[in-house]
Amino acid sequence: MNVIELNELQFRWANQPKNTLALPELSLAQGEHLFIRGSSGSGKTTLLNLLAGILLPTSGHLQVLGQDITQLSTAARDRFRADHLGIIFQQFNLLPYLSVLDNVTLPCKFSKRRQQQAGQLAATALQLLEQLGLAQINPSTAITQLSVGQQQRVAVARALIGKPELIIADEPTSALDADTRDSFLKLLFNQAEAQGSTLIFVSHDPSIAQHFPRSLDLQQVNQVWFC
Amino acid sequence: MVLLKLTLRSLWNRRATVLLTIVAIAISVALLLGVNYIRKEAKISFLSTISGTDLVVGARSGSIQLLLYSVFRIGNATNNISWKSYQELAANPLIDWTIPLSLGDSHRGYRVLGTNQDYFRYYRFADKRPLELAQGQVFAGAFDTVLGAEVARQLGYKLGDKIVIAHGTSEVSTALHADKPFTVTGILKPTGTPLDRTVHITLEGLEAVHLDWVAGTKVNGYNLSAEQALQKNLQPKLITAFLVGLKSRTAAFRVQREINDYKREPLLAILPGVALADLWQALNMFETVLRIISAFVVVAGLVGMLTTILSTLNERRREMAILRAVGAHPYHILVLFILETLVLTLIGCLLGMFLAYLLVWGARPWVLAEYGFYLRTWLPDLDSFNLLALVTGFGALLSLLPGIIAYRRSLQDGLTIRT
Ligand SMILES: Nc1ncnc2c1ncn2[C@@H]1O[C@H](COP(=O)(O)OP(=O)(O)OP(=O)(O)O)[C@@H](O)[C@H]1O
Ligand SMILES: [Mg+2]
Repeated sequence: MNVIELNELQFRWANQPKNTLALPELSLAQGEHLFIRGSSGSGKTTLLNLLAGILLPTSGHLQVLGQDITQLSTAARDRFRADHLGIIFQQFNLLPYLSVLDNVTLPCKFSKRRQQQAGQLAATALQLLEQLGLAQINPSTAITQLSVGQQQRVAVARALIGKPELIIADEPTSALDADTRDSFLKLLFNQAEAQGSTLIFVSHDPSIAQHFPRSLDLQQVNQVWFC
Repeated sequence: MVLLKLTLRSLWNRRATVLLTIVAIAISVALLLGVNYIRKEAKISFLSTISGTDLVVGARSGSIQLLLYSVFRIGNATNNISWKSYQELAANPLIDWTIPLSLGDSHRGYRVLGTNQDYFRYYRFADKRPLELAQGQVFAGAFDTVLGAEVARQLGYKLGDKIVIAHGTSEVSTALHADKPFTVTGILKPTGTPLDRTVHITLEGLEAVHLDWVAGTKVNGYNLSAEQALQKNLQPKLITAFLVGLKSRTAAFRVQREINDYKREPLLAILPGVALADLWQALNMFETVLRIISAFVVVAGLVGMLTTILSTLNERRREMAILRAVGAHPYHILVLFILETLVLTLIGCLLGMFLAYLLVWGARPWVLAEYGFYLRTWLPDLDSFNLLALVTGFGALLSLLPGIIAYRRSLQDGLTIRT
C-alpha cells in the first residue's frame, strides 16, 4: 500500500482565477521519505493541506494510506488526520497556554487510535522528548520559555506521538540556523525511521534535499507553471 | 473534556483580561439581582407596614403624602387636626378603636411619635401581628418613652436611660427640649417596619415639652420645669393624624365619606390598602426604569465580553490552525468559543451572586435609614436562577459570533498559519 497515490490532481482556491496546483502523478511508498522543494507561493502549503484532508481537490484522484480522501465526510477526514498524520509547522507549533508535556500529548486527546498506540501517555512523551535531546527540559515548563529550536523539537515529539503513519513537515527548519537545522533533520529522520513513519518535508531551501532519498521540485511537476 | 480543559487553560493564560471581563459581568449581574431583590423586599415590606387599620385620617392633602408621614414617617404634615374634631369623629358608633398620632419632633434623627396606650393595643403589621415588647413595658407616666428596636440598638439605649427630644425633624436639631427628659420604659421587638425607627412618647409628654414654646421657638423667660408642667392641663389641642379600626370593615366607605365631608375642618380619610397600592404603583415606575437600566448594564457587560473575545480572534488564528492539525474538527473550534463564554458568564454570575449578597448587606443600613424597611439577607431564589440562566443563555448566544468567525476562518486557513 502506498502512502500517497495521486492522479491528475487539480486544485484551485475559490477566490483565485486559475489553478494553484495541477499534478499529473505522484506516488510515495511507505518509508520513502520525500522532500518537496518550491519557492514561496508555489503551492507547497496548499499541497500539504490537500494531503492532510483539510482541502479537497477540485478534480482528480487522491489516496492517502489507501484511503480515498475525497470519499470521506469532513468529520471523517478530521478523524483520519488525527489518527494517521503528524504535522509540523514552520513556526509557532505549540499552544502557548499548555505545558511542554500537554502540547506533546495533544494529538492523543483527539485520536483514540494514537492514544492506544502511545500507551502510557506521559511516559511515552517523556521518552520522545529525551530521544529528541530535550531530556534536560522540565516537561511542565511553559513553552514560551523554550528557544525556537527547542520548540521545533517539541513539535516533532507531538507529530511523532502515537506512531502516525505519515509525518508532514511544512518548513520546520526555516527559523533555525544551519547547525541546528542539520541536527534537527537528523533527529527527525531517526525518529521517523525508528517508528516506521513516512516523512514528507516541504521547504524552499534546496540544500535540505541532500538529506532525503527522494526529492521533487514542485515548480517542475506542477503543470500550472507551464501554462 | 479536552475542549473544556483547553478552554480553561487558554482562559488562565489570558487571566488579566479575563478577570476584568468577569468582573464587568459580575457587577452587572449583581446589579440585576440586587435591583430585583430590593424591589421584591420593598414590596413585601411596604405591604406589611400596616394591617388591620381600616382608615387613616389626617388634614386634607394628598393621600400618598398622608400615608407617608403617618405610616412611613417620611415627610411632614401640612396641617393638623384639632383634638375636638378627633374626639367628635372617634365617637362614631361604627368605629371600634382609634389611635391618635402626633408627629413633628425627633431624637437624634429618629422621628418622635406622640400617641397613647391604644397604639400598643391596636396597631397591627404584617399578617395582623401585634406589637410586642422585647423589654420593659408600655409607657405609664407622661415622661415615659418606648423605643423602636432599631433606635435602641443603634443608639445603645437600655431601660431606664434618659433621652432628650429635639424640636423639629431636622437631623441636627439644636433646639432641644433639654429641660424635660424622657425615661426609656420599654423597647419593642423588631418589626421590619418604620416602627423600629420610631421613638414613642405620650401625647401628654409631647404637650408638656411644648408648653413653654410658641410657634416653634422657645418663649424667653418662660421656663416650666417638668414637675411644674405636669400640674398643667396636658390634654393636647392638636394631633397630626389618627388611625381608625371599624367594628365592621363594610362600613369603611361610609365612615370615609363622613370624615371627608366633615364640616368643622377639611380632613382626608384614606383606606391604607388602596393608598399603599397607589404608592407602590408610583414606585413601580421607578422600579421598572431601574430594571431596564440593569438589564442594559448586563447587556453592556456581555457585549464587553464579546469585544474582548473578538479582539483575541486574530492572535488566536494560529492556535486554531494547530488544533486543526492535531485533528480538531471546525465544529470543535466553535464549541471552544461557546465554552469560553459559558465559563466566563458562569463565573461572572457566581461572582455576581456573591456581590449581590454583599450589595444587599451593604445597602441594608442605608435602605433602612432612607426608606425605613429592613432588607433581609439576599439568598438566591428561583427567580434569580431564571435571571442567571437568561444571562448565561444570552452570553452563549453572543459567543456564536466569534465562534462562527473562527469556525469559518479555520476552514479557510487550514494548515496555513496566519499571524
Ligand atoms: N486561503 C487562501 N485563499 C486563497 N488563495 C490562497 C490561500 N492560501 C494560499 N493561496 C494562494 O495559493 C498560492 C500558493 O500558496 P501556498 O501558501 O500554498 O504557497 P507556499 O508554497 O506554501 O508559500 P510559502 O513558501 O510562502 O509558504 C498562492 O498564490 C496564494 O496566493
Ligand atoms: Mg507555505
